[in-house]
Amino acid sequence: MKFFEFIGQYILFLISLFSRPEKFSVFIKQTFVQMNSIGVGSFGIVSLISVFTGAVSTVHIGYQLVSGLVPDYIIGRIVRDSNILEFSPTVTCLVLAGKVGSSIASEIGTMKVTEQVDALEIMGVNSRNYLVLPKITAGIITIPLLVVYAMGLSLIGGAISGEMSGIISIEYFVKGLRSDFIPFSVMFAMIKSLTFAFIITSISSFHGYKTEGGALEVGQSSTKAVVFSCLGIIFFDYLISSVLLQR
Amino acid sequence: MITIQNINKSFGEKHVLKNVSAHFNKGQCNFVIGASGSGKSVMMKCMVGLIEVDNGEISYGERDFVAMDYNQKKEIRQEIGMLFQGTALFDSLNVEDNIAFPLRMFTKMSQAEVIERVNFCLKRVNLENVNKLFPSSISGGMKKRVGIARAMALNPKYLFCDEPNSGLDPITSRLIDELIKEITLEYDITTIINTHDMKSLFEMGDNIVFIHKGEKWWEGRKDEIRSSGNAELLGFMKASEF
Repeated sequence: MKFFEFIGQYILFLISLFSRPEKFSVFIKQTFVQMNSIGVGSFGIVSLISVFTGAVSTVHIGYQLVSGLVPDYIIGRIVRDSNILEFSPTVTCLVLAGKVGSSIASEIGTMKVTEQVDALEIMGVNSRNYLVLPKITAGIITIPLLVVYAMGLSLIGGAISGEMSGIISIEYFVKGLRSDFIPFSVMFAMIKSLTFAFIITSISSFHGYKTEGGALEVGQSSTKAVVFSCLGIIFFDYLISSVLLQR
Repeated sequence: MITIQNINKSFGEKHVLKNVSAHFNKGQCNFVIGASGSGKSVMMKCMVGLIEVDNGEISYGERDFVAMDYNQKKEIRQEIGMLFQGTALFDSLNVEDNIAFPLRMFTKMSQAEVIERVNFCLKRVNLENVNKLFPSSISGGMKKRVGIARAMALNPKYLFCDEPNSGLDPITSRLIDELIKEITLEYDITTIINTHDMKSLFEMGDNIVFIHKGEKWWEGRKDEIRSSGNAELLGFMKASEF
């Protein structure tokens, strides 16, 4: 029952967001501020994780692919597909759910408990529209870009790791990357990252907005934001894959 | 003038406001007093629309606030300034941007006009050269004054102050009181102040409403309090050492 109540509240929250911004110039400015916070602010951690995800996937595939009947360059191909289809969008977004999600929930939660949200409402500002819509807009612009960046870095990480460990030379790795490439894979990753971006920013904002009480409740909202965002990402990862990846 | 008539508000089983009616006059400091948990803050939040009343009427002049839709309420809210108990200044904005916020949001003023208005408001609350400071780096009294400056930025017709003296030393409290009184008279605003501070009430109160356990127990002028014969009100005053 609580689950359906949660879904109902979340849907009502989303409906209340989508109204015309009070002032378009303020909305644009807020969106750029959030793009800087979500996108540029996450650059470092996404870089680090992507390089190592690519590196580890090369080592794992190299370790498991021992058959003499399979050419080495297949390692590059499997690393490419697994990173583009799954690791880059999903792992990156799970990390962003932790970093960006907790930040959004605690920022809005703190504003809620210190009456800053009430102050906006008293002024006649639709606080949900003003605070949340720029975050969602910034998220769905920057997170897919971060995922594309993560894809590139993971393949570079995979190539370097293959060369350094002697599993596969860069030349063969690149040959694998270029073999039987299906452009839809990138489209699929973009669909996933757009969905995940919306999930991270909207669920985190929702939990921030529901905060009542004090510092303890802000912390709890932040934790809930991360947990529910991660669950949403994993559920929609399965759903989108089931629908779009059919043989 | 603001009039409330028979407003009721319950949270679950708890009946917080019971048939409260009152008048708040223009150009006066209207005080709402009562013990903690008596329903003062809920009443104020109902009046500004942060909490929906269960039933009853709230009128701003001739305009029925309760019957309005969200957009109509937004228009009224642009005539309202509010000083919150914890000031509610935006942490991420400096003093100048805090005061400029409603101007940038709701007016077509140029940047120069906005800054001119901000400086005027700051000067009016006796603060200067604090434009670029952030709320975290100014004192409690300064925050209250910035809160008043922000509340008056759009020339409000109605000013709501929720415990304006809480957490302030006696000297700063008096300064804030004087400032609210001056602004009320100068701009002919309907000011409503929630407080426990009886000293403030006797110095600047005009119309007083006493709330006890969610009900209005007494309404009148400050010079009528002692002769009111209302045991609860007199007990409240006695407990406040008046």
